[in-house]
Amino acid sequence: MRWLWVLILLLPSLATAYEAQPLAADPQVEARLKVLAVELRCLVCQNQTLADSNAPLAEDLRREVREMIAKGMSDREIIDFLVARYGDFVLYRPPWKLTTTLLWVGPFLLLGAGATGLVFALRRRQKKITDVTLSEAEHNRVAKLLSEGAHRP
Amino acid sequence: MNRFLIPFGLFIVVVGFLAVGLTLNPRELPSPLVGKMAPEFSLPQLHDQEKVISSNDLKGQVWLLNFWASWCGGCKDEHPVLIRLAQSGAVPIYGMDYKDERREALAWLKEWGNPYSIVAVDQLGRVGINFGVYGVPETYVIDKAGVIRYKQIGPLREDILEKKILPLVKELQNQ
Repeated sequence: MRWLWVLILLLPSLATAYEAQPLAADPQVEARLKVLAVELRCLVCQNQTLADSNAPLAEDLRREVREMIAKGMSDREIIDFLVARYGDFVLYRPPWKLTTTLLWVGPFLLLGAGATGLVFALRRRQKKITDVTLSEAEHNRVAKLLSEGAHRP
Repeated sequence: MNRFLIPFGLFIVVVGFLAVGLTLNPRELPSPLVGKMAPEFSLPQLHDQEKVISSNDLKGQVWLLNFWASWCGGCKDEHPVLIRLAQSGAVPIYGMDYKDERREALAWLKEWGNPYSIVAVDQLGRVGINFGVYGVPETYVIDKAGVIRYKQIGPLREDILEKKILPLVKELQNQ
């Protein structure tokens, strides 16, 4: 009976422990993926980057990007690959193009329009203040009214 | 009078922008692939894994490529439309089983009916990425030369079919 116990106790020693698989085989690949993934949009949950998202498509795209990095493609090539398939929407920073000019210039145009409007409004107001001139008679009347008020009990 | 006209004009402009902006569907992204050659693929068939279906085999005809999956809710919605289209024989529909379990996909088709001429299996979603798929269902109209002519994002509806897809298919078939 004892040999059976010995055998049972020895059983676990047969199991070999494998080292836990690291998240990425190559930390350099992972570092580049990290940089790229924050520039890229998850197409499913559109307000998240590829780095944030747990959507299956985002996982697949991270896998593709990882493989492209491993193949030695440049960042430019990888981004072009994705833009060719998903359009500019996949980029968090839209590129400067004819169709995006208003997007980039718009805020500055609004700022310029606002500033111009403000300058005009202030000038007009200033003119109104300086334009008020009193005639001699009016001046005397004001002085009289003010002095009356001063003598009131 | 002028004092009220300017704010009122601005108000109208803002309302105009909102009226357009708020009625756009942010999920419908214009595909850069429309007008370009459809990505090539060569994949095992769902019903016979030994056989391969390749995009080259489909050249010379106008065809529809429908990305679907048994786990996808919208695919169930558009399914009757696809069945009716398949029965009309207007255009062959090829299915792309996107990131699915083979057994469940087969059971799904058995239960609801199979509108597809052939179903290809895109297990890893790679072909999906090449087509710029970001959600199923998506449907592509591909012409005789293999150029993508139209992309439908989300479920097909009878009215889209009548107004857009069928006239386009007819035009392409006559070319």
